[in-house]
Amino acid sequence: MSESMCNIVGCGPIDDDERAFELGDYEGPTARWCPGCGDHSVLSAVQRLLVSEQLKPEQTVFVSGIGCSSRFPHYLKTYGFHGIHGRAFPVATGVKLHRPDLTVFVVMGDGDCCSIGAAHWIHAVRYNMNMVAMLLDNSIYGLTKKQTSPTTPQGLKTNTQPFGSFLPPLNPLSTTLGTTNVSFVAQTAEWIPAHLYATLRAAHQHKGLGFVRILQRCPMYTGSLYDRAVKDPSLVELLVHDDGVVVPDLDMIYRNRLAHDPSDLDAARRLAENGDRIRLGVFFRDENRPRYDEIRRPPKVSTNERLALLNAELDKYAV
Amino acid sequence: MASSTNVLAEPASAAPLRSSIRLPEHTVEIVSDSGEGAQKCGQIFGAVSAKMGNGVWTVEIIPAEIQPPPRTPEGASGNRIRVGSGPVTNWGDAVQLLVAFNEQVLLSRHRLGALAPNAIILVENLWATHSNADIRAAWGKALEELAPAGYRIIEVPMEEQCLTIDENPRKGKNMFALGLLASIYGRDLGRIEDQIAYAFRKKSEDVYQRNVALMRLGYDWAESNLDFRIDVPTSESTQPLVVMNGNEALAMGALASGMELCAMYPITPATSVSHFLAEVFEKFGGILHQAEDEIAAAGVAIGASYAGKVAFTVTSGPGLALKTEFLGLAIMTETPLVVINVQRGGPSTGLPTKVEQSDLLAALFAQPGDAPRIVIAPSTIEECFHSVVTARRLAEAFRTVAIVLSDANLATGVQPFPRPELCAEWSAAEPDLVPVAEGTRPYEWDTRLGLSTRIIPGQPGGMFTVTGLAHDERSKVAYGSGVHQHSSAMRSRKLAVLQQMLMPPRIHGDESGELLIVGWGSTRGAIEEAVDRARSEGLSVSSTHLTFLSPLEPGLGEIFRRFGKVMTVEINYSDDASDPFITSENRRRGQLAWLLRGETLVDVDCWTRVPGEPLRPGAIVDVIRASLSPKPATSSGDLR
Repeated sequence: MSESMCNIVGCGPIDDDERAFELGDYEGPTARWCPGCGDHSVLSAVQRLLVSEQLKPEQTVFVSGIGCSSRFPHYLKTYGFHGIHGRAFPVATGVKLHRPDLTVFVVMGDGDCCSIGAAHWIHAVRYNMNMVAMLLDNSIYGLTKKQTSPTTPQGLKTNTQPFGSFLPPLNPLSTTLGTTNVSFVAQTAEWIPAHLYATLRAAHQHKGLGFVRILQRCPMYTGSLYDRAVKDPSLVELLVHDDGVVVPDLDMIYRNRLAHDPSDLDAARRLAENGDRIRLGVFFRDENRPRYDEIRRPPKVSTNERLALLNAELDKYAV
Repeated sequence: MASSTNVLAEPASAAPLRSSIRLPEHTVEIVSDSGEGAQKCGQIFGAVSAKMGNGVWTVEIIPAEIQPPPRTPEGASGNRIRVGSGPVTNWGDAVQLLVAFNEQVLLSRHRLGALAPNAIILVENLWATHSNADIRAAWGKALEELAPAGYRIIEVPMEEQCLTIDENPRKGKNMFALGLLASIYGRDLGRIEDQIAYAFRKKSEDVYQRNVALMRLGYDWAESNLDFRIDVPTSESTQPLVVMNGNEALAMGALASGMELCAMYPITPATSVSHFLAEVFEKFGGILHQAEDEIAAAGVAIGASYAGKVAFTVTSGPGLALKTEFLGLAIMTETPLVVINVQRGGPSTGLPTKVEQSDLLAALFAQPGDAPRIVIAPSTIEECFHSVVTARRLAEAFRTVAIVLSDANLATGVQPFPRPELCAEWSAAEPDLVPVAEGTRPYEWDTRLGLSTRIIPGQPGGMFTVTGLAHDERSKVAYGSGVHQHSSAMRSRKLAVLQQMLMPPRIHGDESGELLIVGWGSTRGAIEEAVDRARSEGLSVSSTHLTFLSPLEPGLGEIFRRFGKVMTVEINYSDDASDPFITSENRRRGQLAWLLRGETLVDVDCWTRVPGEPLRPGAIVDVIRASLSPKPATSSGDLR
């Protein structure tokens, strides 16, 4: 991506920018999520990523929908757009199309991405724009107090399905991997900060849409959801590959490791479908897929040029 | 084979003496089955007439389907062109000359009351002697139905003639018909060929040449077989003119406004705006994004606007309904946004290709919570162009949503107007990413004006998160009663400030009198023509036409009180006062009337219709007469 393609005055690399950014440069006001909420650890990982990548705060935009996790941008000192339920993707698409020089992160909950905004999810995957999409999936509607979400486990009792959620949960990995032009799909977990950080970093460095599903617990309503996996690392399988996520620090704890080549889409789909264990890592990655924001790069046109062009158009309609 | 048709229809005579009828204006329609190209013929005839110096207004006759069954009244597709020696502002009352490709589409226009009693009809004669007995019978039946109307029906061997140079006459009849019109109205063949080139040359030189040959064939046939000409004098314009339809004008206005991103989803009758942009926008530095749905289109435009230049979305009623939550977000976050809404008949899918003015209240209020926005309505093709330029400037200056309410009549209507003298001030300036001064707040409202300066990503020091939640000046989520009261006042105050910058509306006719007609949008031409006709009969009537619907133009109450009676004329539904069960208390009134009654406390009456076609000036004259007659008005029953 070339920053000089942007049409806006003053945007682009600042040559004499010798600023070095530290954690404090990205920290917003104290987050108001419940104690123990997975969102806290995602926020920490993202702040660590911002520092390690030295992303300029003024060039970074977090776009979110509605829900607990969508408060995310408020707790960062970057630009943020806290929109409406399910519609983070369209807003982010507009930001990135018009301002390819900006670094864009999309923050969504499971209701946002997989339910009310599902249409946008499919199409954002197909657009494959240079952004990171984070699905903060705690398998429940938390902010509205415990309703069944598309990813709620079958049988879990909620306030809208008090005798147990009726249907098997939607699999966000399979859905994303089944979408035309998908280019990056990964899964990580909020209770493994090192893996979370490494996965977000891989998504950020990917050319195209980096889609990351983050397994989370809601301490109020799904607090025990991953209890067994948290206590017993053998229930987790790490997908490892040089083109995926490698976190050597975890080798001693997570001994189940599967060498999975992320270029193998069929294998990725099989692994995503197979629910015998929790798989974390990069399922699929392909940087050779078309990226809509790079295809749609009009030339920079000055006002005078525009007027000349418009006069030529008017000539065609002249009496 | 010989049917009664020969008695009723007059075969074209062999070598006529052509009498030329000189008229100040004339209205012609050309109708065919969908897909036979009558619209293209009409468009070219309209454009050439305008270029030769006639006033022109065209209206498309569009079926709801792409290829409805052939030879059915429902499938009639075509164009009405009203030409005049002076400016023409509306489609008029009735058709004086009709070119029909079959008797069924002719019947359709007859049954809809489109034809003047003495209309001349040129109809394809193929069907009278068709090998299919059902078709011959249908032809005979149709002519019997038409006989009492007293039209002059002339059979024209269109297909027979076209076959002499093209084996597929369905592809060429429209050009043959164009040649007929060129001869009848004395059109300049060179200009017609230029227009044919504009329409077809990009397909191939061959297609162009064939179409020219077919046109000339029709011309020659008319020259040697028809006994009349119609002469509507042309006059050279003193200023340069352009001629285009309303959707083209909206798209050109968008280009002139400097906006660089349009996000849309296909919807009739708005889509052709995006067709135009798809061809040229990129070379203007713009992106036309076809989104996955109407909601996303609004979101993409808002995201782009938030990050830079004001962006826009183009839609029609059902799409506007889907976008409403996003419009509320734009208003709440004070993200400028231009929404072009080309109205069609509603509710629901309604009348997708037909004109209606029934989105006014939706444009103003379709929103949970208080969400003040700007709404303007162009009333001519020229205003379509300028309304987008204005909407962009206002959206940006007032950090809010500006909705442009066009409609299906303007969308496809073609009219010449003074060529815009483009200026750089119309064009959005490049946002400047200067650092934000320390302590600046994203909603630093001037508490008198409600205005604040927009901060754009990329500006160092301005890293705020905007939100659709209730928020304070710092964009902090705040539920305190005082905060929401204050921020609501700031978003509302902006409209009051804008209202004070507007001029009172112009009055067409005397400044006071017995009756004032109030209109908005595409009905201006029909209303003003009706007022002129009624005034020439000595009736005390004036009209005014509103461009700003939110905020309303100033001085309305004072103006209304200078008239004995005030009545809106609109293309939307209202109960007739004389309908069963209707009282002044439960009567549902036209949308502008509803608005004006609330805003002015004047007892504003209304006359509205939803015929799926533009209003006819003659019908409005009837309404004026009835309204001013001493007898209790019967509220003009016939919508035509």
